Amino acid sequence: MTTQAAPLSSAQILSLKEQETARTPMQLALERFRRNKLAVVSIVIVLFMVTMALTAGIFAPFAPNYQSADTQDAPPGFVDPVMHKTNLLGSDNLGRDILTRLMYGSRVSLAVGFVAESIVLLIGVPLGLIAGFFGGLVDNLIMRFTDIMYAFPDLLFVIIIISAFGRSLWVIFIALGLVSWVGMARLVRGQVMQVKQMDYVLSARSIGVRSIGLMGRHVLPNILGPILVVVTLGIPGTIIAEATLTYLGLGVDPSTPSWGTMVAGSFGEIYSSPSQVMIPALAIAIITLTFTFVGDGVSDALDPRRK
Amino acid sequence: MLAYIVRRILWLIPVFIAVSLITFALMHLTPGGPWDTATARPVPPAVREAIKAKYGLNKSLPQQYVDYMWKALHGDLGPSFSGTVPVSQQIANGFPITASLGLAAVILSLLIGIPLGLLAALRHNGWIDQVSVFIVTIGISVPSFVLAILLIVIFSVIFHLLPYQFQRDSWQSWILPVVILALGPTALMLRLTRSTALDVLNEDYVRTARAKGLPAFTVNIRHVLRNALIPVVTLVGPLTAGLITGSFVVETLFGVPGIGRQFVQGVNKRDYGLLMGATLFYTLIIVIFNLAVDVTYTFIDPRVTRS
Repeated sequence: MTTQAAPLSSAQILSLKEQETARTPMQLALERFRRNKLAVVSIVIVLFMVTMALTAGIFAPFAPNYQSADTQDAPPGFVDPVMHKTNLLGSDNLGRDILTRLMYGSRVSLAVGFVAESIVLLIGVPLGLIAGFFGGLVDNLIMRFTDIMYAFPDLLFVIIIISAFGRSLWVIFIALGLVSWVGMARLVRGQVMQVKQMDYVLSARSIGVRSIGLMGRHVLPNILGPILVVVTLGIPGTIIAEATLTYLGLGVDPSTPSWGTMVAGSFGEIYSSPSQVMIPALAIAIITLTFTFVGDGVSDALDPRRK
Repeated sequence: MLAYIVRRILWLIPVFIAVSLITFALMHLTPGGPWDTATARPVPPAVREAIKAKYGLNKSLPQQYVDYMWKALHGDLGPSFSGTVPVSQQIANGFPITASLGLAAVILSLLIGIPLGLLAALRHNGWIDQVSVFIVTIGISVPSFVLAILLIVIFSVIFHLLPYQFQRDSWQSWILPVVILALGPTALMLRLTRSTALDVLNEDYVRTARAKGLPAFTVNIRHVLRNALIPVVTLVGPLTAGLITGSFVVETLFGVPGIGRQFVQGVNKRDYGLLMGATLFYTLIIVIFNLAVDVTYTFIDPRVTRS
């Protein structure tokens, strides 16, 4: 105990107090996040993947569709006789460098994650906000609509949209966003219904703040935490969905370098050179796992009572 | 309670109409059709008209929808555009094998997920708990085809223990597909059982049961497990529905001749007849299982009818 220590000067007490009060909830959450080693390591890996996706054009050893007849199914470390460059991870059955396609392929996975989740935010948050805030008939209509979307099997709906509108990256992004917003809308609605009962919302209303202001300035900022958690945990889900669709031959075009097309293209070689299919498969596993760990970290940091 | 069940059943009708309308609209708004493939020879207009008349494609869209639904109610899902067998027959051929794989996977996931979840909760933070958390993380955040590739490489390619091509009569070839189908559901079941059991362990009635000297086994089974299983029931319905309607991935991966693989092939062949029929069939099964869960729930936990 501190009974033996010299009494603190008033200035010291003041600075201690300042330290205590100066920490915002955001700083506290950041600190809790930093203590979660798994989440920190994961976010470093995610940042590394993002950098890799952005700089693939500079650092990739080969062009993504460069193929050579001499280097089909080359083992890792093989030196390309034409380009005099090494296939660090080997080449695939069409003689394309696996490392290069892995680097370019990260673009598709990350873009799917971010674009689809943006669509989820754009649709799910406003609908949930309106349903939860106004209640009554509006709420009933919106929630019955989400019920219908819920009855549709997710992957099935995406496949139907893709077969109807063609097989482009944007169609896949939008289709995945369109099936994933329902969970977000339900979460936001539930949170809004809790928050709108708070005294600060009542007092804001009593001094004449309009509904739009109430929702935007008083309700929404207070439910950002759960929204952030759902978004981060949603990213691996959409990445999995895209990779799965592409693996089934229903996703991006087979010539596009993506981890899903790499798995699909080299699956036939699983007996002769398993590493070809294992490398992109592991990449998918790593990116989905790291996003999940980041999401769990964010969720624990924002709500320390949850375990 | 009866009123509640009737209300739930009646609510299925609009859901079903909405799902079929959305699918029907998407299928028919699509540009192109079965005779637009690159390899087909040009079809003379007279022949095309005759084909349209035969399949009722010359009628107005609302009329086509009503005709289709009327026949569907009588078990006729119309002709398949790519095969010679009608859609109903195709589904009837594929469904038994898909459903038996799915049921095997459901049983496996129940047998592993629930006991392991309970044990993990009873030995909170012990080694069983940590293994469980690991299984849950992998099972939920790694796509099934990635895990499948890993297992195929280990068990078929390296050790030659299990065949990977599916054959109806060889039980060994069922093992990998069933295990991979069961992984995700096992993880979900385990996580839910564990977290609800942890909550239940803190309840007063568990303390009371222990205090009055009941053996640990009786407390754990009769008081903890029984109450922890209530939310698990809600999960079993949609999981079973999802599994017996088959997995696009697992059936494609192992060459299982079920409806999941038929569906994927239907998308690639633009067989809208098959897609429409399969979607309706899927929705029917999912909706029935959700209903079954809701009804079972009213018996286990009578509180739900009041909300």
